[in-house]
Formats: sequence, C-alpha cells, structure tokens
Amino acid sequence: MPSPVNKKPSATADAKAADSAQSASPALSAPINQQLTKADKIALFTTMMRIRRFEERSLRAYQAKKIGGFLHLYIGQEAVAVGCCSLMGKNDHVITAYRDHGHAIAVGMGLNEQMAELYGKATGCSKGKGGSMHFFAPDRNYWGGHGIVGGQIPLGTGLAYALKYKGLKGAAMAFMGDGAVNQGAVHEAYNLASLWQLPVIFVIENNGYSMGTSQERSSAGDLGKRAAGYDMAWASCDGHDVYDVRATMDKFLQLAREESKPAVVEIRTYRYRGHSVADPDNTYRPKAEIEEYRKTKDPIQVFQQALVAEGVLTDALIESIDQAARAEAEAAAEFAEASPFPTPDDIQKDVYWEADNPAERKSQGRLFFD
Amino acid sequence: MPLITYREAIRHALAEELERDKNVVVLGEEVAQFHGAYKVTEGLLEKFGPKRIVDTPISEAGFIGMGVGASMLGIRPVMELMFWSFYSVAFDQILNNAANVRYMSGGLINCPIVIRGPANGGTNVGATHSHTPENVLANHPGVKVVVPSTPYDAKGLLKSAIRDNDPVFFLENTILYGDKGEVPADEYLIPLGLADVKREGSDLTIVTYGRCVLHSLAAAELLQKEHDISVEVVDLRSIRPLDIDTVLASVAKTHRVLIVEEQKPFSSVGSQLAFMIQKEAFDELDGPIHRLTTVDAPAIYSPPVEIEQLPNPQRIIKAALEALQ
Repeated sequence: MPSPVNKKPSATADAKAADSAQSASPALSAPINQQLTKADKIALFTTMMRIRRFEERSLRAYQAKKIGGFLHLYIGQEAVAVGCCSLMGKNDHVITAYRDHGHAIAVGMGLNEQMAELYGKATGCSKGKGGSMHFFAPDRNYWGGHGIVGGQIPLGTGLAYALKYKGLKGAAMAFMGDGAVNQGAVHEAYNLASLWQLPVIFVIENNGYSMGTSQERSSAGDLGKRAAGYDMAWASCDGHDVYDVRATMDKFLQLAREESKPAVVEIRTYRYRGHSVADPDNTYRPKAEIEEYRKTKDPIQVFQQALVAEGVLTDALIESIDQAARAEAEAAAEFAEASPFPTPDDIQKDVYWEADNPAERKSQGRLFFD
Repeated sequence: MPLITYREAIRHALAEELERDKNVVVLGEEVAQFHGAYKVTEGLLEKFGPKRIVDTPISEAGFIGMGVGASMLGIRPVMELMFWSFYSVAFDQILNNAANVRYMSGGLINCPIVIRGPANGGTNVGATHSHTPENVLANHPGVKVVVPSTPYDAKGLLKSAIRDNDPVFFLENTILYGDKGEVPADEYLIPLGLADVKREGSDLTIVTYGRCVLHSLAAAELLQKEHDISVEVVDLRSIRPLDIDTVLASVAKTHRVLIVEEQKPFSSVGSQLAFMIQKEAFDELDGPIHRLTTVDAPAIYSPPVEIEQLPNPQRIIKAALEALQ
C-alpha cells in the first residue's frame, strides 16, 4: 500500500460519501483558496480535465503506433501539477521528471505543441528532439521534462540558486516521484538547498509505486520526513484534493519567496495506468486497488463534486468543459498528424549554440564528426 | 613579458572574467577559504567575496547539477572538480544534463557552464585519481573539451571557455600547475578549436595535447640532436572543437605521423585522430600512423613504474623512430 492516507480507502465509500466529505474540504478555508473566484475554480477544473483528456488521447495515439518510445501518463495525478502550478508567480519555476505532460499543461503550454512532440514532429515543443519525457517551455518557467530518476533535482536546486544569486523573490518547484527519493543526487540537492537556504520546494509526487515496486518495498521511513535530517521543513498533503495541494504548497512557496527557505512536500497521489504504457500492470498491485481509487479518490471527481456543492459547476458546464477538452485533445492529435517530421538535416541542429549561431561563433575547428 | 605559472594563469583568467561579468561564479570543493586544493583560486575569496567564490561540500553530483540548473537561468558557473577523476560521481549531471539539455529542448535552453580541474596521471595517486576522460567527454555532442599545455594557452583558453554559451570542460594538469611561461599582461583570448604548432619540423608530425606536448618537445629536441630528425609538434589545445586542418597541413608537410596522448589506447582521442588523418590525408602518408599512449592498465601506484606507464620523452623517441622506419 502506498502511504498512510491511501492505505485504507474506505470500502464503503461511494460517490455520495465522497461528495459530502469533499464539499467540506478543510483546505477550502485556507486564504489561498478563499481568494479563488468562481472563474478561477472553473479554470483549475478545466486544466485538470484538459490533462486527463490529453493523456487519454495520447494513449490512443500510442496504441495506434503514432508515438514511439515511452509514454508515462499523468492520469490520476492531475490535482498535483494543477494545484502547484496554479500558485506560480512570475519568478517561480518548475522542473520535473519524465511524467511531465501534466505540468506542461498546468504551466500553460498548448496541447498542439505537446502532442506534436509525442508524434516526433518538427512542430513539437522540442522540435521532435525530446519526446514524451523531455518537454520544455522556458518562456513559461518550465525547465523539463527529465528522463533520469532524480537527475533533475540538482537542476531545480540550481534554478533556486540562480534566483537567490540574482536577488529575485521567487521559488523553484522541483518535482520527483516517490522512486526518486532514494537517489543520491536528491540527497545531495537536499543538503545544498538547506545548507545555502535556497528557495526550492522539493515536491514528492508519491503515487505509491516506483515503477512496479511499492513504497514499502523500496523506501525506509516516511518520505517527507527525510527533510528533517537536513533541517528542512516538510509536510504531507492529499494529492486528490486540489485545495489541499494549494493550501499546503502556498505556505512553503511563501517561505521560499520571502525567506528563501527550502522545504520538502510529499503529495500523496495515485496513477491509474502503468508506470508507462508499456507496463501491463498486472503483477504488483491488485486491480481492486486501482478501482477503489478511481471510485473514491479521483481528483477530478473529487473537485467536481466539491464545485457542484459550492454551486460553481453545473452538469451542463461540466459537460461543456469535458467536451471542449476532448475536442482540444482531438484537434491536437490532428495538428500533430498533419505536421511535418523534422528532416535528417535537423539532426545536427540545436546541439551547439555556436553551430546554430554561426555569425556569432568565436571558436574554430570542427564541432561535428563523421 | 611577465613569467607566471600555469596556476597563476588560470587564476588570472578567473579573476578577469569575474571582474568582467557579474554572472560568473566560482564553485567547488575548497576553492574559497582553503584557497584551492592546488591553490589555483588563492586570493579570489578575499577579492570577490563569498557570493562569487563558493566552497561546496564534497558533493559533485549535487553542486555540478546545481550549476547546470543555475546556468539555464543565465548564471555562468565555473565549477572546480578537485580531480576530473571525480566526474564519475557526477556523470549524469555532466553528460546527461549539461550535454543534452540544449538538444532535448529543441535549442530553447543553453548551458553556459565551465567545469575545470586536473586530469592526469603521474602523481602516484593510483587508478581512482588518474583518469584522463577527454575522450569520454568529447564523445558527447553538445560539449566542448579543452586541454591546455602552457600558461599562455591556459589563460587565453579559459577566458574563451567562460564566455562560451555551450558547456566547456577544461582539463588541467597537477604537474603543470607550477610550470612557468610567458603570459602577456594585456588581455587576450585564444579561440577554442585552434591548434598551435609548438615546434616546426619536416620529418615527422607529432600530434599531441596537454602535458604530452612538453614531453614531445623534449623528445623532439633530442631527436634533432641525436638523430638529426626534424619533428613538428602540433598541440591540439582543444579536443572538441577540433582543429583537424592544422593537423592535416602538418601531415602534408612531413608525411609521417605519431600521435602522443596520456590516454588509454582503446577508443582514445588518438583513435579518432588516426581515423580522420587516414581518411582525409591518405595520399600524404608515407607510412602507417603510429600512436603512443599510456600503457593499457589502470594507473599503477609504484612511483618509478608509473613514469614508464605514461608517455615520457624516452618512450616518445622510441615511438618516433619506429614511426620513421
């Protein structure tokens, strides 16, 4: 079982129970959630829905062999990226691992450039050079999209270092999965962040499984609590509840921006799909567990029910948001399909800044070899 | 012209670039209060303060990765590896992140970092501290690799490296730190990717770089005196980008080639050079390309034997005579 909160999903929970529990989310009273307008809430819900529909559409494209390599879907974890990224100010930055589509949508990247990247097209966000695991949008303070477990965490610490060096009031959110917490690079980054009081929040998206190995089979102790060993603040929160994600993250973002304090936040979440779509997902967790989460904890359902209870959403509005998200994902697939592939001539572009800017090149000699 | 050490030349380059660009920051183990494990950074903390000259914990993956991340936001970190041998514990940060981030982002992100430190054998520190990873580094498109042999080159190349918008890996040599050479007082830059003919000759071209340049020059002197052989010594200075044109021009002049390097032989920098020379100057060659490397084993500790494991003037003379047969 993934984590204490997720350990015993109530066997009797039904939609109604979830509804009444959710409408009373204690996190709703947090100031950061109290200031949300109706339109803000609809926007959060819409972004979550757009992630869900994008991921479902990309899965179909993968099954139709339109997408190569790996595809790690964010389905089930939408409230995490949306909750965190909804708090971003102009000097706040994001970096994550390979399950990176949700964050990309949450920071505002268009679906077209993302789907085109999955299709390996020249119109993709990385011109077809990065693929699913390597989405980037530095113009939206989104620094990827990184393939090696935990390898992005020192980079995120470096974003925070740069903010502090330049005297900017901002924070870096460095996302990782629960599998990353045992990587040495993560611990080295924790130490540096605390030692130098860098404005970085290490966000552990704990979906319970590092690939096919459950938390209890891979990690000793509480994941967030490891922060205490580095004299950093930490907390856990419920990643199925976008209000709770926002309320928890807001506190630490304020501390990072205003006092340059690092923190670790463990956000408990769950993925419905396999580690990647190549994972048949039939060896390491019971199907009933997945169903239980879908029924009782689905972040979109939970938020939808809360917003209905709050009088923000109506059935008609939900339907129109859903239809628009499906249509947008479909249009993205059409855009990707219609886009050209990069050409073999593009292979050696974007390797060196100097090679791409020959007029400003200062070095001499050969940069490429055959 | 002032005579300064290789160590001072690097220090002067750092100081000038720190002065010139406020985004340049020097980070590494013992670079500040300790004044550098090899005293390269001595006095910089006092001059530039703790914000610009930063002691890191022994945590290469952490601080190099941090530097890569900071460089994406426009900082220009110059990070010292106490030994380049320690690159192995930061391999993912150096060769997955720094080398690939521009490419994987479709050219949206730059990584203007410099990683510098010594990469050499010959100091009896055994196999773990004697790696020469220039071939491994240069195998990764996206990075630049520089190996200076003299104080003059070290200063001019490091200044260019710090201003470069691509990641530059700068490989120094602990044995050269105390060597003196003429270095102009006025500012100058040496472009990366420009080889330097350190000695002109007509019978044999020795292509080399780093400390092997000095060994090759000593050997060339003896070959001239004792064997009446005129050797041209081409110092690559930069491995990637590579100035193959200067090498080929020398081959066209001498028609005989010996590559000398402190690499292990398998897939070394010399392997790549030999391939390029035979491919592009086949008709100029009067004999097979020869190569002298470190003897193919982990670095031996035993001090007198390590001298024989590495290229040295006597081994070079022997190899040169073979190449001329």
